[in-house]
Amino acid sequence: MSYPPNQNSRILPVTISMLKLHLSMPPILLTGLIILAMVGATYGLERFPPPDFETGYELPSTTTPPPRALFYQYLDLAVLIAALALASWFSLKKRSRRRLFGLMVFSLIYFGFWRKGCICPIGAIQNVTLTIFDRGYVIPVTVILFFVIPLIFTLFFGRGFCAAVCPLGAIQDVVLLKPQQLPVWLEHGLGMLAYVYLGAAVLFAATGSAFIICQYDPFVAFFRRSGSLEMLVLGVSFLVIALFIGRPYCRFLCPYGVILKTLSRFSRWKISITPAECIQCRLCEDSCPFNAIEKPGAAPLPANYRQGKTTLIILLILAPAIMALSGWLGYKLSAPFSRMHPTVRLAERVHLEETGQVPDTTDASDAFRGTGRSLMSLYEDAEQIGREYSWATVLLGVFIGTVIIIKLTYLTIRRTQTSYEADRGRCLACGRCFAYCPIEKNSNEPANI
Amino acid sequence: MEKSDDKNTAVTRRDVLRDSVRGACLLGAGVFGGLLARKSAGEQMVWQIDPYKCISCGHCATYCVLQESAVKCVHSYAMCGYCDLCTGFFEPEPIALTTGAENQLCPTGAIIRTFVEDPYFEFTIDEPLCIGCGKCVKGCNAFGNGSLFLQVRHDRCLNCNECSIAQACPSQAFRRVPAHQPYILKGQENNE
Repeated sequence: MSYPPNQNSRILPVTISMLKLHLSMPPILLTGLIILAMVGATYGLERFPPPDFETGYELPSTTTPPPRALFYQYLDLAVLIAALALASWFSLKKRSRRRLFGLMVFSLIYFGFWRKGCICPIGAIQNVTLTIFDRGYVIPVTVILFFVIPLIFTLFFGRGFCAAVCPLGAIQDVVLLKPQQLPVWLEHGLGMLAYVYLGAAVLFAATGSAFIICQYDPFVAFFRRSGSLEMLVLGVSFLVIALFIGRPYCRFLCPYGVILKTLSRFSRWKISITPAECIQCRLCEDSCPFNAIEKPGAAPLPANYRQGKTTLIILLILAPAIMALSGWLGYKLSAPFSRMHPTVRLAERVHLEETGQVPDTTDASDAFRGTGRSLMSLYEDAEQIGREYSWATVLLGVFIGTVIIIKLTYLTIRRTQTSYEADRGRCLACGRCFAYCPIEKNSNEPANI
Repeated sequence: MEKSDDKNTAVTRRDVLRDSVRGACLLGAGVFGGLLARKSAGEQMVWQIDPYKCISCGHCATYCVLQESAVKCVHSYAMCGYCDLCTGFFEPEPIALTTGAENQLCPTGAIIRTFVEDPYFEFTIDEPLCIGCGKCVKGCNAFGNGSLFLQVRHDRCLNCNECSIAQACPSQAFRRVPAHQPYILKGQENNE
């Protein structure tokens, strides 16, 4: 950029007046002033001293509209607790799908469209992780409570949060028109994705790279009614799938769902399909769109006792090998994974530029050079992050290996049961099955639990 | 409860196990929450741009999840030189120093230029028009005092847990700041 010689701008008079000032000063002071002026110039400050106005002009003040008041965060928290309590009451005591549905729509409107999906307990996983690993990060109390309170509710009342409080679950639940049952093996297989997603989210949050749960939240673009094309495509495709497959995000991806699923297995109370004794009429058999109803008799996998026993023994022998393999895979993936961190990306780019492998520069590398930091300190930072990644990805690999082994072990253990029951972990407490039970229809009394 | 077929009240081994694990989980959640609370703040953290790191690349205008970005240009009047030839207002080599659109740097005409006294002109941001592209910021930083800079406006910002602009920011100028001090205003750091 070049500017024309200034006819009436202030550049000229200022320079002249500065020169006059310089002439009347001792040489040392003059040198000092010149140095000061040069320093000033590099930071782009005070090139033109603010004028002294003669007409009584008053400087306007810069407006600073405040953020959303703290009060509203506690309001959100109160709504969360109230919704959780109502969801537990509706699912366990009132046994009413209609009430649960009403609450779900309310949550969709309040937490989804009104609060625009932030902050949610799913995303709070990352804030909590970052708090543990980053000394500099300060977590708001409300975020901790958003993370912990649904966990405590789940330990007592099951997954009422998933049923009627989570806006992501709600938006999928309301579009479920034609539920299709998935084969058992596919259900279990896809369910593993959520563990991988949880592990990856914790990894990237712990290293301070990114909050991937929020970045790839499929429905937040609907809640905000604004977003990038990728977000929209992701969201629409999830909703189209959700027309036929019940709550695909909740069952196969949700990282918070993984935690709730595990805790729900130890809940104090749980949903029962029938208000009294199961008469095994089989009417509820296909009522669950989420494959969460366990049928009486043997679990569908494994086919027989001997086969299950053999598989289990093989599995336990192979367990260390599986964990070692997945840990090694994790180690191998540490380099590409570490590129999620902006500093690593920047260091790689700057290195490419410095060694002449790329002809141009990027905004990021220009910005780095503008800071005047040394190349060495950038490379050292990137290496440090790389080292963190190399052991963190090994841990991630071992975690996923362990989950796989536990899952396979669970599938080889043969369980028998006598009545139709909701699986403690997978049941989302949506209440669809209640209406299918003939005992429920005949009794006017609320059920005992 | 799966095994108790005759008496529903019978306590099974499974129940005892479940109760103890639940107790352990509750304890764990309590301890975990307590440990986290020691490092917590009673207030929200909000996103803000460090104007000294910002390189006014233009991503703020396009990466915000809002259709109209939450980032806008703000003016620190105390730093401003009130120049006639404002390099944040005028195109390089303007045809004339007038408010004609062909002379203006701002793509939306969001900077209002008003005469104060000879030779000073005041420049204010018409916020609803500003798209946060940072063209004026670049101009002002290049040849002026740097009194124009970008800030996240908290009346607009949704305070997403993961800010899309922060992810795209090439100079890592975005950071979380406490909600009671939500702006990083140039020229006012010493007052705080």
